[in-house]
Amino acid sequence: MATKVVLDFEKPLVELEAKLGEMRHCLRSSSREQAPNEAEALQNEIGTLEKKVEALRQSIYKNLTRWQKVQLARHPERPYTLDYIYMITCDFVELAGDRHFSDDKAIVGGFARIEDRVSGFSQPVMVIGHQKGRDTKSNLYRNFGMAQPEGYRKALRLMKLAEKFRKPIITLIDTPGAFPGIEAEERGQAEAIARNLYEMAKLTVPVICVIIGEGASGGAIGLGVGDRILMAENSWYSVISPESCSSILWRSWNYKEQAAEALQLTAPDLLSQGIIDRIVPEPMGGAHTAPEAMAGTLKGILIEELSALLPLSSEELVNSRIEKFSSMGVWNEEG
Amino acid sequence: MAWFKRVTPSIRTTDKRDTPEGLWAKCDSCGAMLHKKQLEDNLFTCPQCAHHFRIAPYKYFSLLFDEGECTEFDQNLRAADPLSFTDTKHYPDRVHDTIEKSGKTEAVRNAYGKCEGADLVVSAMDFGFIGGSMGSVVGEKIARAADRAIQLDAPLLVISQSGGARMMEGAFSLMQMAKTAARLTRLGEKKLPFISLMTDPTMGGISASFAMLGDLNISEPKALIGFAGPRVIRDTIKRDLPEGFQRAEFLLEHGFVDMIVHRKELKQRLAKTLAMMRVEV
Ligand SMILES: [Zn+2]
Repeated sequence: MATKVVLDFEKPLVELEAKLGEMRHCLRSSSREQAPNEAEALQNEIGTLEKKVEALRQSIYKNLTRWQKVQLARHPERPYTLDYIYMITCDFVELAGDRHFSDDKAIVGGFARIEDRVSGFSQPVMVIGHQKGRDTKSNLYRNFGMAQPEGYRKALRLMKLAEKFRKPIITLIDTPGAFPGIEAEERGQAEAIARNLYEMAKLTVPVICVIIGEGASGGAIGLGVGDRILMAENSWYSVISPESCSSILWRSWNYKEQAAEALQLTAPDLLSQGIIDRIVPEPMGGAHTAPEAMAGTLKGILIEELSALLPLSSEELVNSRIEKFSSMGVWNEEG
Repeated sequence: MAWFKRVTPSIRTTDKRDTPEGLWAKCDSCGAMLHKKQLEDNLFTCPQCAHHFRIAPYKYFSLLFDEGECTEFDQNLRAADPLSFTDTKHYPDRVHDTIEKSGKTEAVRNAYGKCEGADLVVSAMDFGFIGGSMGSVVGEKIARAADRAIQLDAPLLVISQSGGARMMEGAFSLMQMAKTAARLTRLGEKKLPFISLMTDPTMGGISASFAMLGDLNISEPKALIGFAGPRVIRDTIKRDLPEGFQRAEFLLEHGFVDMIVHRKELKQRLAKTLAMMRVEV
């Protein structure tokens, strides 16, 4: 890999790994000329350091704070929607446009087939998701995964198409938010998201939603009404980003860590809140460290969930979906 | 029913807290000095410039229901603190202090009664309670208002007045968008009209859920309506926003509301339209 992006909390680990690399290099290049006992000593030292690196790796990644998980969810090397589509499905046929205004590149989607040779599972699906870019150019093209109203309307068009042809729907959620702009407001950002919530509640085919990275507010839930809601282990999903929450409630941008803690926005948090159904485990260090393995895990889970949902009738699906979201919320009722 | 009661008398106490102190009030828009009586007679709109003062739920109840008579329901729901949320203040303290100070219990009130002789269920939001923000209680009450409308075979009117989601309830508050929208589908299935009245302000998660889903979307003049807040948009695009941006007239122009109705004409327009929307059996 050319330039590995290192997050602040990963630095001690990367430094130790670099040291280990140097020692290994040292051992390889000099062992022939040195006395056997010196090489042996170096070998022992390497062994100790290896254990230390592993221990550090465990202690960092098994004790991630909420803010650190937010950082992993935004990792620039993290797999995005199209990466998952290519790794999980075959025969992907991308569809474009909302048939009203334009084709929003911040949301992609189309028919695809999920196939498992071993079990014989083969199912055409409609897969739709937010798409981020990986560099400046592609981020401008994708608008950083921030959709315009057309994106939500395109998504709805594709969902309706899936419903018409009785295909299950998979949405992959990964957005820092719906785009806040003049044109977005002119063309009804609020209406587009609201319409999706309403129509998705009524879809008569199975809908599985997966938060793969960032699930920021209305822009996320605009693709987020389904029968099963899954979250990648290091993704986040909440009503507001930690930064914006900090700026509003603390009136400063400096409380993002506290805001992330307060919002309880990680996958385990949302599982315990009863808002999501299942966590998709990630490789140690995050999905980007082993994208193929991550996609394999997600694929297995999707096949399981699809197999459970496909036998259900339209009425069962719609009723339990409405009940599912109706049960969300916590309040006190006196008297 | 024994618990049938007029809303107006019990409301006198909160009345003081909602309208400016003293006999005179200054119009926020044109600066005219208005006598309290004059303001009340005009349903809290300015006779000079038609500015609509922000009013609390019970005022809508008394102006919409015949003789102001209605039955409030689901008054006993109170905010919980599922996340033990603390910013500069504990969330339960914030709620408690707001209840103490305002005499309000949450950011929405539900009532049903007759409007021009026909049954109507109204859910009215209240900016005076933590910015009218939607947490679990607001979501549940709006969902129950939809159920009540089905039960009474009546239309539902939701009056929005909110800055958006209640951040202190995290993802629970976000889910209220999906919850309210999902429950409204059941009203739609019964062919019962859902009317959304957007007042100042109707923003964020409110406009991006039930508020934009009306069979009719009505707005009060000049109400701020939008998804993203003007400040957020300005900071993002780094240029000034056009005059009248995100105001009711802007939304009418762009096709997202059906009509802008002066408060004094609201009841009549609503009743007349609803009468035509009834499905004949
Ligand atoms: Zn005036």
